[in-house]
Amino acid sequence: MMLDWLPPTLIGVLLVLAGVGAIRRINLWRAGQAEEVAILAGLMAMPTRYLHDLHHVVDRDKYISRTHVATGGGFVLAMALIVLVHVFGVNNTLLAWALMAALVMMFCGALFVFKRRLNPPSRLSKGPWMRLPKSLLTFSVTFFVLTLPAAGILPDGTGRWVFTLVLSALILLSLSEVLLGMTWGGPMKHAFAGALHLAFHRRSERFGGGRSTGLKPVLFSDNDAVNKVHGVAKPSDFKWNQLLGFDACVQCGRCEAVCPAFAAGQPLNPKKLIQDMVVGFAGGSDAQYAGSPYPDGKGGVQEVGYAKGGADQIITDGLIHPDTLWSCTTCRACVEECPMMIEHVDAIVDMRRFLTLEKGDTPNKGAQVLENIIATDNPNGHSPESRTYWAADQNLALMKDVKKAEVLFWVSDGAFDMRSQRILRAFVTLLKAAKVDVAILGDEERDSGDVARRLGDDATFQSLAKRNLATLSQYRFSTLVTTDPHAFHCLKNEYGDFGSTALDGVEVLHHTTFLNRLVKEGRLRLDTFKGGKVTYHDPCYLGRYNGEYEAPRELLASLGIDIAEMERSAFRSRCCGGGGGAPITDIPGERRIADMRMEDVVSTGAEMVAVGCQQCTAMLEGVVEPRPVVKDIAEILVGQLVEEVH
Amino acid sequence: MQPNVNVVSLVSIGRHPQSGRARRAEQDGRAVELGLKLVQDKLTLLHAGNAHETVLRQYAGMGLDGFTVLPQGEGDDAVPVLVAYFKANRQHHSRQIVLTGVNAESGESSGMLPYLLAEQLGWPIVPRIADIVRVDEFEAEVLLALPRGQRRVVTVSLPFIASVDSAAQEPRQSAFARGLRATLTTLDYGSRVDDAVSHWQVAPAKPKPKRLKVVKAKTAADRMKAATAKPVGGGGKVLRNESVEEQAQAIFDLLLEEKVIR
Ligand code: SF4
Ligand code: SF4
Repeated sequence: MMLDWLPPTLIGVLLVLAGVGAIRRINLWRAGQAEEVAILAGLMAMPTRYLHDLHHVVDRDKYISRTHVATGGGFVLAMALIVLVHVFGVNNTLLAWALMAALVMMFCGALFVFKRRLNPPSRLSKGPWMRLPKSLLTFSVTFFVLTLPAAGILPDGTGRWVFTLVLSALILLSLSEVLLGMTWGGPMKHAFAGALHLAFHRRSERFGGGRSTGLKPVLFSDNDAVNKVHGVAKPSDFKWNQLLGFDACVQCGRCEAVCPAFAAGQPLNPKKLIQDMVVGFAGGSDAQYAGSPYPDGKGGVQEVGYAKGGADQIITDGLIHPDTLWSCTTCRACVEECPMMIEHVDAIVDMRRFLTLEKGDTPNKGAQVLENIIATDNPNGHSPESRTYWAADQNLALMKDVKKAEVLFWVSDGAFDMRSQRILRAFVTLLKAAKVDVAILGDEERDSGDVARRLGDDATFQSLAKRNLATLSQYRFSTLVTTDPHAFHCLKNEYGDFGSTALDGVEVLHHTTFLNRLVKEGRLRLDTFKGGKVTYHDPCYLGRYNGEYEAPRELLASLGIDIAEMERSAFRSRCCGGGGGAPITDIPGERRIADMRMEDVVSTGAEMVAVGCQQCTAMLEGVVEPRPVVKDIAEILVGQLVEEVH
Repeated sequence: MQPNVNVVSLVSIGRHPQSGRARRAEQDGRAVELGLKLVQDKLTLLHAGNAHETVLRQYAGMGLDGFTVLPQGEGDDAVPVLVAYFKANRQHHSRQIVLTGVNAESGESSGMLPYLLAEQLGWPIVPRIADIVRVDEFEAEVLLALPRGQRRVVTVSLPFIASVDSAAQEPRQSAFARGLRATLTTLDYGSRVDDAVSHWQVAPAKPKPKRLKVVKAKTAADRMKAATAKPVGGGGKVLRNESVEEQAQAIFDLLLEEKVIR
């Protein structure tokens, strides 16, 4: 009995089935909204994006990056050669040897996958993922044996039929995982969806070392949109390539490991959130999910298996509790850490937009803060005429009077807060010491819209942005500086969407960047700092959102401070808990994020933590004493300023 | 079950106390909230004034598909046109409940409007209500808001006008997009210039100067203490050394006195 036809047929059939699965999967993504992408250019750029950008992130964990290169590389090579050797029957000993080499490489890689799975960290998903290394091992061994005759090591026809049958069974087993699983929804799906996600990523600017962190505006002016739902209500309201992005998740849990809300026991786990999105557009329940569940905010966890969704079902009706969405501080730690470059924050804000704009359901103080911002252009409902009270004794020029200045100081809502005013004054003192030609907008300034936007109220954000831009466009200045990283981010990365030329040719800077320049130019004379140990906390909106890690450190170094870095610093900095409107929506957890961050500070043994953000200052100073002192870098500099005596 | 009554929330354009900007008025918002509680989206949202005022959409954004405006010019008198509207509506509507705020935040804000309306329509007026507990086709059980958190239940027969007190449920958040989509219906019941108003001179009120409290506190905590410290004396008693029984008795007496328990 000759069964030689069996293995090639099996492989062929499974390949076809995988193709069918791929088409089905693509159709699931197409349920999303249209979004322009450069299809060809994207596909062409995909290999570089994988090898450079994605690998760069994976490589932060050397163990897994090497394992992945061996396993993934070996697999892709092997699969191509299998098609040649076993399906098309190309009879070439060299090819067969190459195939065997690829399989050996893959085998070695799979061994390491296996090893990691022996005692997996809690961030990794279990379930089918535990089976994967075994399937990979089976795959490499099976095809190795199957290729022996082609390589001339075993004579042809060694395959007695029993042997062939056993091999065929193993082929079926392993190929089901690696081929069918790829397009029908097994762990290997990440390879297929991931590759396409890299090609059609919604923020292609991120590749090649770029940065793209500004949120995309909601379209209001478009008349068709008036009768359409704003924000994302159902999975099908996402752009198609966002859905594709969710599907790329490998459930590695790196996002979960860095998420401050998850660590605080608030009901959010970015990994589960992405998996719930997949459940949403593919339909069904989360019963298959085998990773860490959402915490329940009371020290326990939410039971898995009850969340249900469908492409056209409202997400917050049974798939995700709104509190999950409101727990996020928009710190971007997850996005920074995600090897698949998935955009969690975009998705979360998209869904918040629906809750705020369509349902009017922003929790806790959210509604009131938004109402205040709408009526007074500041979140606490202070009189807009009192915005410049803090500067009564500062003798600052107003743009209204001078019309132009070298530097415009964007004061931000810190103007209304006594603690933040100390930072503002410190900065003004430094500007004056350096004889900078500076002016402020005074009462003409408005809230930057940051909080409104993160709370999902893009209407208010856009209204503020447009009015601020209109004000800015009346004056001439070459540099805009602010002490508030949130305003900095809005002005620098988000105001560009509103067709104003007000900021054309204007350099928008954070005060630490600006001060660092002044110090380098020798315009500030500073004493060495002689206090105790100092550590530095990177604000999310300065660091991860804008890539400014150096200037604050250089400034501190210029005072002779040798920073005692926290374990989680720079791009890995842990949020203070103050972003994304989180202190306003105030979703209960087990601990406070600020307390955890202060523990990070304490563990360095520092007596002072330097920050570059009034919000971080407020959050960290809110931690009960005794604790290290919290100071903005501007305040530290002022303390060391050598006043010139005339 | 929804009562078969027509509930109308009469709203005005509010004015933010700090910025002076137009907004959803505090109490009118509560009137809409109460209306929504009674009849959900069957509520009629009515305004006499400028139909293009965007603030009206903030009221609609609370959960209504549309709103009605009786167009009026600046300085027109709202009362006659509203009377005309309700008289016209009396024919094809069974029973009506009209909810307003106690007084407006802009314009005359005399709080007279519900009284004038009631007088001219011959309906009862229920001032300063906190809630409507029960409604059927003929009467409603209304909770009056009295000082110091006290409440009184009264039964009123329909139709009636009620002004909603600040003690009522605060208005829910307005959903911007929902308001944006709400349809505007304008009904013409004429208009009449308010002669009296045209002779008035309006000037901003000057705040009375306040004596400064000199706080010598050095730290934020001290300042906080100084700012929140209550003046000693006045009403109330501090029972610290009395026995538990005496303390309980004192609380009981107070509850009796305030008619919380009977
Ligand atoms: S979202 Fe990204 S980081 Fe999180 S589990 Fe998925 S692949 Fe890993
Ligand atoms: S942005 Fe920060 S808080 Fe939000 S899900 Fe990601 S890691 Fe968690």
